[in-house]
Amino acid sequence: MMKTTSRLIGTLFIPLILMAASHSAVADPGTKSPGRLSGDFGPPQGEPIHAILTSPPNVPPPIHRKFPAKVIVDLEVVEQEKEISEGVKYMFWTFGGTVPGSFIRVRQGDTVEFHLKNNPGSKMPHNIDLHGVTGPGGGAASSFTAPGHESQFTFKALNEGIYVYHCATAPVGMHIANGMYGMILVEPPEGLSPVDHEYYVMQGDFYTAGKYREKGLQAFDMDKAIDERPTYVLFNGAEGSLTGDKALTARTDQKIRLFIGNGGPNLVSSFHVIGAIFDKVRYEGGTNMQKNVQTTLIPSGGAAVVEFQTKVPGSYVLVDHSIFRAFNKGALAILKVDGPPKKEIYSGKELDSVYLGDRAQANMASVSVATKAAASGTLTQQEQINAGRELFAGTCSVCHQPNGAGLPGVFPPLAGSDFLNSNHQRAVGIALHGLTGKVVVNGNDYTSVMPPMNQLNDDEIANILTYVLNSWGNKGGTIDASAVKAERARPVAEQAGH
Amino acid sequence: MGTALSTWLSLVWLAVVATAATADDLAPVGYVTVTPGSLTSVLSNSSDNRPIPVKPFSVRVTPVTNAEFLNFVLKNPDWGRDRIASVFADHTYLHGWKSATDYGDQTDRQRPVTNVSWFAAQAFCEHEAARLPTWYEWEYLAAADATHADARKDPAWRARILAWYDTPTDMHGPTVGGAANYYGVRDLHGLIWEWVEDFNALFISPDSRNQGDPDKLKFCGAGALSLQDKENFAILMRIALLSSLSGADTTDNLGFRCARSAVPNLTHTTPNQ
Repeated sequence: MMKTTSRLIGTLFIPLILMAASHSAVADPGTKSPGRLSGDFGPPQGEPIHAILTSPPNVPPPIHRKFPAKVIVDLEVVEQEKEISEGVKYMFWTFGGTVPGSFIRVRQGDTVEFHLKNNPGSKMPHNIDLHGVTGPGGGAASSFTAPGHESQFTFKALNEGIYVYHCATAPVGMHIANGMYGMILVEPPEGLSPVDHEYYVMQGDFYTAGKYREKGLQAFDMDKAIDERPTYVLFNGAEGSLTGDKALTARTDQKIRLFIGNGGPNLVSSFHVIGAIFDKVRYEGGTNMQKNVQTTLIPSGGAAVVEFQTKVPGSYVLVDHSIFRAFNKGALAILKVDGPPKKEIYSGKELDSVYLGDRAQANMASVSVATKAAASGTLTQQEQINAGRELFAGTCSVCHQPNGAGLPGVFPPLAGSDFLNSNHQRAVGIALHGLTGKVVVNGNDYTSVMPPMNQLNDDEIANILTYVLNSWGNKGGTIDASAVKAERARPVAEQAGH
Repeated sequence: MGTALSTWLSLVWLAVVATAATADDLAPVGYVTVTPGSLTSVLSNSSDNRPIPVKPFSVRVTPVTNAEFLNFVLKNPDWGRDRIASVFADHTYLHGWKSATDYGDQTDRQRPVTNVSWFAAQAFCEHEAARLPTWYEWEYLAAADATHADARKDPAWRARILAWYDTPTDMHGPTVGGAANYYGVRDLHGLIWEWVEDFNALFISPDSRNQGDPDKLKFCGAGALSLQDKENFAILMRIALLSSLSGADTTDNLGFRCARSAVPNLTHTTPNQ
C-alpha cells in the first residue's frame, strides 16, 4: 500500500525534480561550497511547501524531494480533556490535539519556518524545543506563546535522524507530563528505504492524583511526578490507544518501520515487541544501526527507529519490558498481523489475547467452563473453585505463593487466614482496590502494598476468592460475582479496601 | 421670576439626570482595605528570601465584570473594540462580546470581563481613581485562604489552584462572587488570570530551563525564578503566563481587578460580606 503511494508521489514530484536539476548549477545538493556546514545543501529552492502533519500512529508519506526547500509547519497547542483510561479523564496539553503531538517530516537541509499557535482556549503559555534544531533552546526561547497568540521562528534541519520535540515552559516537567511531546523526522537526502508500513508510537509517564484506573477527572500530581512514581505508563497517551480496533495492522511478509519515541518526563523505556525480533534498530535515533535486537532502550527525550519483517500471523504486543509498567500501568500496544499460518516457523496454539499476560496461562479450560456456566446461570461452587485455581496461579501466586502461605513478614498468608475468614466482603474490596498499610494476619504484622486487581472481571475475582476460601484450611464459602460487581460500583470514599 | 423658575426647573432637570445617571450606574464598587504586612514572594531567590513589606492598600473585592467594563466603554468610547488603537489592544480585544457596546447574553453580566489588554485594564482603573495591583500586592492577597493570611503550605490551597488548571476554558462559565478569603477578597483563584501593574517586570526566561545560567543582560533577574520550592509551582505558572504577554495582548482567561494605594484622605466603601 505504502509502496504504491510512494510511487504515486514519486510521479507527482518528477516536474519538481526537473526543476531542481535546472537549479543545480546554482546549488548542487551534492557539492558543498567552502565553509558550508554538513547538512546544509544551500538556500531553499522552489515554492514554500506546507508540511503534512499526521496524528499518531500515522506517519506522513516519504518526501522523495531532491532539493532543499522552505517547509512551513503550522502546529497548534490545544489543552483538552480526554480519556486516559476507560472512564478516567485527564486534562492533556497537546501539540495538535493528540498525545504524542503531530508527526513532522522534513528533509535534511530544508529550511523550516515554524509557526507555533496557542489556542485561544488555552490557559497556559507554551513553547517548543525541537531536538532537531541547532540553536539555543532548540527554538524554545523563540516560541514562548501566550494563549490566543502565535510565534514564528526558522531553522535549517542540518542533521538527519528522528528527534523528539517538547514544551519547555515552566514547570517543564509538568508540561511534558501533561502530554506535550512529539517527534520530527529529518530524512536523509536520499530518503529512507521503502517499507510497507510506518507507524508512530511514543511512550510517556503520567501522574494522576487518583490511583490507576480510578474513575472520573484526575488531576496532575506534582508530588508523584517529583518522586517519579507514575500512575500510568502509556503508549500514545491513553490506555487502549493501540489495542482492539485501534491496534496497528499489517500482513505477513511485510516490512514494518516503527518510529518509537519516549516523551518521559521521567522513565526510560525498555522497548520490546513480544514475539518479534527487530531486524534493524537505529538506536538512540542515531546513525549507527544494530541488528537482531530483542529489546532496545529509549531514553526519556529520545527515540529509535526499529524495523522488522512480519513472518507469522497473530497479535504482537508492544511493551515497555520494565514489565509491571505493561501489565499494571498500561504500557501496552498491539500489532495485529493477518495472513496464512506459517506452521514451519511457529507451530501454533495462537493466543489472540496474549496481551492479558497474567491470564495467558497454560490451561485455562476450567475458566472457560466457569464463564459459560456463569452466563447460563448454572455455575456451581466446584466450577468456581476450579476456575479460581487457574486464575490464582496466574495472578496471585507470585506474592501469596502457590500454597497460599505467603512470605513471612512480606506477603500475608491466605492459608488458614483469620483476616480472610472473618470478613469476606473486605476480601472482595482488597482484591478490587488493593491494600496499603498495616494489617494483622494470624497474629503477625504485615506492612506492604497490594496493587488493585481491578483488571480482573467480576467473575474472575469471585472465582479466585471462592477458590481461596475453600483451600488450605480456610473455612469455606462462596463469593458471588454480583458481590464483586456491587463493590466495584461503590464510590471510592466508602470502598471496603480502604 | 420666569428666569428663576427656568433656573429652578433646569436644576431639577439636572438633578433628575444626575439621579438617572447614578441609577444607571452599577452598585457602588466594593473595595476592601487590606491589612499591611510582609510576604515571602515566589520571586525571592534562595539566597535573598527576606520578606517583602506590603504597604497598606485597598483592592476590589471581585474582578471587574462585563457589565462594569461596558459601563466604562460607554463613557469612554475610545476604549470600545471598534475604536481602540491597535497599539493598545490586539485583534481579540473583547472579541467574546456581541458588539462594541453589548456583551451579549445577560448571564454574562456578572462574569469577569476577559480579553482586555493591560492598557485597557489600567485605563479602567484610572477611571475609578485606582490602578492595577502590583505583583507583590496580588501575591500577598492570593497567599490567603478563608482563615489564614498565608496558606501556601497547605496542600488544599494548592489543590484549588491546580483544579482550575485542569478545567477547560468556559467563556460563559462562573460569575464573580466566590468565597471571600482572609482579607475579604474573592475570586483570586479558580476564575481567571489577572493583570498586574508591573507584569512586564516579571522576569522569566522564555526557556525556563536557563535558571542556572541566565542570560543576565537579556533577562536581568531571570535566575531568581526557580522551582526549588515545589509548593510554589502553582503560582509560578501564573507568572509564566504574565511573562508571556505584552501590554496589548488579550486572552480568553485574562481579566483584572483594581487597587488603590492607601491615602489618608481617601475613604473606602466596605464590601457586603
